[in-house]
Amino acid sequence: MKTVMVGLATCGISAGGERVYKAFQDELQNTDFVLKETGCIGMCYREVLVSVANGNGTNYLYGEVTPDRVKRIITEHVMDDKPIDEWLVSGENREIGFFEKQHRIVLRNCGVIDPGSLEEYVVAGGYQALEKALKTMTPEQVIDEVSKSGLRGRGGAGFPTGRKWSLTRASKGTKKYIICNADEGDPGAFMDRSVLEGDPHAVMEGMMIAAYAIGADEAYIYCRAEYPKAIARLRQAIMQARKAGFLGENILSSGFKFEIKIKEGAGAFVCGEETALMASIEGHRGMPRFRPPFPAQSGLWGKPTNINNVETFANIPWIVLNGGGAFAAFGTDDSKGTKVFAMAGKVKRTGLVEVPMGLTINEIIFEVCGGITNDKKFKAVQMGGPSGGCIPAGLGETKIDYQQINKTGAIMGSGGMVVMDETTCMVDVAKFFLAFTQVESCGKCTFCRIGTKRMLEILERITSGEGKEEDIDTLAQLGEQIKIATLCGLGQSAPNPVLTTIRYFRDEYEAHIRNKKCPAHVCTPLLTYLIDAEKCNGCTLCVRSCPTNAIVGEKKQAHFINQDLCIKCGKCFTVCNQGAIIKD
Amino acid sequence: MDATTQEFKPFNIDLWKYDGHAGALIPLLQSAQDTYGYVSERAMDYISQVTGIPSAEIYGVVTFYAQFRTKPLGEIVIKVCNGTACHVNGVKEIANTLKDELGIDYEETTNDGKFSMVSVACLGCCSLAPVMMVNNETFGRLTPQKTRKVLRDLRRK
Repeated sequence: MKTVMVGLATCGISAGGERVYKAFQDELQNTDFVLKETGCIGMCYREVLVSVANGNGTNYLYGEVTPDRVKRIITEHVMDDKPIDEWLVSGENREIGFFEKQHRIVLRNCGVIDPGSLEEYVVAGGYQALEKALKTMTPEQVIDEVSKSGLRGRGGAGFPTGRKWSLTRASKGTKKYIICNADEGDPGAFMDRSVLEGDPHAVMEGMMIAAYAIGADEAYIYCRAEYPKAIARLRQAIMQARKAGFLGENILSSGFKFEIKIKEGAGAFVCGEETALMASIEGHRGMPRFRPPFPAQSGLWGKPTNINNVETFANIPWIVLNGGGAFAAFGTDDSKGTKVFAMAGKVKRTGLVEVPMGLTINEIIFEVCGGITNDKKFKAVQMGGPSGGCIPAGLGETKIDYQQINKTGAIMGSGGMVVMDETTCMVDVAKFFLAFTQVESCGKCTFCRIGTKRMLEILERITSGEGKEEDIDTLAQLGEQIKIATLCGLGQSAPNPVLTTIRYFRDEYEAHIRNKKCPAHVCTPLLTYLIDAEKCNGCTLCVRSCPTNAIVGEKKQAHFINQDLCIKCGKCFTVCNQGAIIKD
Repeated sequence: MDATTQEFKPFNIDLWKYDGHAGALIPLLQSAQDTYGYVSERAMDYISQVTGIPSAEIYGVVTFYAQFRTKPLGEIVIKVCNGTACHVNGVKEIANTLKDELGIDYEETTNDGKFSMVSVACLGCCSLAPVMMVNNETFGRLTPQKTRKVLRDLRRK
């Protein structure tokens, strides 16, 4: 079929994808091409992405498409079958390295099919796994297959999925629930959103198979309200599945019945924790409770409940269809299969990548993602969001593997990887994550509620040049105490970013405390603002913006800053059009 | 529009539809906020009357979740992304520029009711960091200069 596909996941839309789609819509009216939308292919750094298939098996992918470029793509490629080489990112001029080391199981359909079309999902092999499970396998056989695959929960903690299922199956009671945790709250992580937007049926099929395996008939997808597009896609997919008989009574004439409902989250990071999530579905404040009883015994409304993450469910249909052994063929002894990572920060190719477990951090950053922006020096990578830690460049040969990553003090987490270069201040990064968890603490446990606050105050002191010699030890001590004296994952992991940065970048903390300097020039109070006399054209913008009249100089002549008066507010830096203000 | 149809708001419809099932509180609050732009004390009292959940408990839920607002927002809402990628790429400078131009801090509204500035966790356009969203339009790869220009264009409108 002759098609033009525009990537319209959230990343594509924010880069202007809807305007490009509209431009194609107007131009393609009198041709035999069909215009479609698709999900995220992972190359967020080249958005807006458009693929053109000529119906003869070739498929070309254009990057950085703007409405202005649409006309030329139509006249040369669509009409005349001459692809425009210089705008292509795939096809014959395929971007070297980005796809070679990837292996796509979770993202198999993302950016390939139209997520709004059940037919396309079915043509791509969708719902065959459900049929296979319902018609040829017992629930125990399904659980065996998942156990054999070695799949571990992709939400962060990495609990073996097969074991979780068999625990819930073994629980007494006829009413059981499945919950899909789509409350992806880590700042810097967007894997689950892309899967929900790009392939919603795969997640639902995984949930259906799980329900069959544990004996549940009802499910909730708990999705962040900040993901309106994902929620819309899911609603549409649920309606389509119900109409086609994949949801409801007597599914595929097997006697199995199942319903899925959507619950929108209301913006609380702690609701990613399973007991808090269930409290939120029940309509309460999302506060975690003591475990045991585990959700597998007593979960939503007191019934046995199985909670898995989006990415975990999206793996299931592939595992059932291809066998647990095929999945376990990827990865290391401890960690099987593939893992999706959201690459952000100072890396050339930001976006989504799915790689087999066992690849090294260096391979992902330098081979798959093309290295560090502006070829600066790689300093560290933050894994696992606010619950994770910073892994320094020196440990770049660490393999992507639950155990190996844990040894560094970070965690695999849900898959956010924030790459940092020499211009990133590690104390500031630690402060950033701690400020996040401190605000998101639900307030139940004293150590989390007050301890994180005290830690944050110390970090604020350090970054404003008032750090004391004993601060580092106090931080480490408080961090260890918070880890053992809190109830849920949020508190237990909140000190991790601070503890790992102290472990690997102690010298930076010391520079802040002893020398009152921020080596990366990030912490404003520790900076000295200077004016580059060569670049300054004497426009007086900075003079007028300075609240303390610290900047002096004649019109049209180079200015300078009186350091005694400067309060380091940074206003001059933001108003200067010449880039003449330097931070030292 | 006459008085009766004006009353016929989605929030009221959702209240009528309430059938006593557990877990309905958060969707009802979301409906109130979608309809009025914020959750007023009156809306909380209505929900309390219909569901039988004490107003104090509802207030507890409203203030627990970041999504719910108890005050109306300005005409133009500027959401500044404070996700990790934006932080690393210097969103602080952008926020300072906005604060300077508008004279308000996060979670505040200008006196003329025109601009509100809010901080959001992640807008999901990490590759365009730093990013802000003005109503529903995203502005990426921001610099202080670009930010000032966006604001000036908005004021002129």
